[in-house]
Amino acid sequence: MSLLDIHVLSKRFGDRLVLCDVKLALRPGEVVSLVGASGCGKSTLLRIAARLDKEFAGWVKGDSDEGRAPDIGVVFQEPRPFPWLTVAQNVAFAVGAPRADERALALLAEVGLAGHEQALPKQLSGGQAQRVAIARALFTQPRVLLLDEPFSAVDAFTRMKLQDLLADVARRHAVTLLLVTHDIDEAVLLGDRVVVLGSEARGIVGEIAVPATRPRSRRDASLAAARARVLDALHEAHAL
Amino acid sequence: MSADPNAIPALRASPPPPLRLPRRALGLVVPALLLGGVEVAVRAGWVNGHLLPAPSDVVASLLDLGAAQVGGHVVASTLRVAIGFLIGALAALLVGALVGLSRTAEALLDPSFQALRAIPSLAWVPLLLLWLGIDEAPKLTLIAIGAFFPVYMGTLSGIRDVDRKLVELARLYGLSGATLARRVLLPAASPAVLTGLRNGLSLAWMFMVAAELIAATRGLGYLLTDGREMGRADLVFAAILLLAALGKLSDGLMQRWEQRALAWRDSLGAAR
Repeated sequence: MSLLDIHVLSKRFGDRLVLCDVKLALRPGEVVSLVGASGCGKSTLLRIAARLDKEFAGWVKGDSDEGRAPDIGVVFQEPRPFPWLTVAQNVAFAVGAPRADERALALLAEVGLAGHEQALPKQLSGGQAQRVAIARALFTQPRVLLLDEPFSAVDAFTRMKLQDLLADVARRHAVTLLLVTHDIDEAVLLGDRVVVLGSEARGIVGEIAVPATRPRSRRDASLAAARARVLDALHEAHAL
Repeated sequence: MSADPNAIPALRASPPPPLRLPRRALGLVVPALLLGGVEVAVRAGWVNGHLLPAPSDVVASLLDLGAAQVGGHVVASTLRVAIGFLIGALAALLVGALVGLSRTAEALLDPSFQALRAIPSLAWVPLLLLWLGIDEAPKLTLIAIGAFFPVYMGTLSGIRDVDRKLVELARLYGLSGATLARRVLLPAASPAVLTGLRNGLSLAWMFMVAAELIAATRGLGYLLTDGREMGRADLVFAAILLLAALGKLSDGLMQRWEQRALAWRDSLGAAR
């Protein structure tokens, strides 16, 4: 039984077929990394899962009801803060914009932003802003968190910290993750399985399980093995 | 981006205070030189004091008129601007928001308003006089028309330019309609709206003078007409001086409001 069931029969942009017969099911508590060459439609698939894109043939089924928006949290590539709201107000956006919501403050402390509650988004660094975006997405207590290349705009060191943070909060909040990324190391480090999406609407061309236990270490040898298998799958899909 | 803890205090440190005063005072240099030059020129007899009165004479004329009379003119004009601006700006905010938020309203109303905007404002004067007489009503209406269009355009462009990504995010939270407008579209549009309000206010002053030049018994526009009819350039200059002071004062207040309300903006102006 899955939390979120996505089946895209076809998705076109104009004349171009982007996705064709793609099936993806998220089981409760797992982390799925979705990789593929740029332009293969992985972000499109995520937008479909988030119900931001409704112009496609197929369906998205949540396990509760019609999977209303609050059941899903989304973190985009850019942090997208509302610039006129303070950090705390941004996190608590779902319930209006109170000055200090208890849960928002707790979440901010959890993502390492204690002391920045009343700051404005313009005062934050890129990494800090993305932490706010994660806290905001978690605020509604979603069961599924969809992330679209969330760390691709920050430097390598910040990225590593944010990856650890994400793995940590996902476990603590028992939230299911669908992570779109073009970073194979990231896909393997965070994912329970890595789904490889082929280019030119080939659909899912490979799925690699990552058996490493959590919490994971970047030096774990089994991660390197999984990484090699993801690379093989990408090669077979002519993505590399 | 920098995580360097030393970078933040350095950025936050305000510029040394001695720099502030001179920069503000810098704006006074040109007017002071100009006024001083005129004063000297008139006193030395290089120019005719009846056509270009010395600043000291202008001040003397103002004192001569007396605080009660000058105050009366100032209050009359300011009240007209305030009321006309409020009516025009409020209407423009409502119509602008409606047209910005609703495609139907845009298709229905925007072409008409753009056409009305193209009419030179003074072309309204005869019509307003015909319809509304020569009382306060045509003056206030003319000022309101003047204030309307900048605010309308500001509101409209502000709403149109809202970042699509923020709207998308808001929709994820199930926001739509009036809630979306109140919580995302209007705050995001507020910089352009405030610019529109500032432009509207300065146009309101302009239209006030136009209205008072035509028919008035009080106000700075009347003082201008009166000065011209009696051949008293000093009165004309006194009125111009007061208009400059009032316009600058009201714009300064608007600017302070703007800076406060938009402190969240990450722009060059907000950083100053």
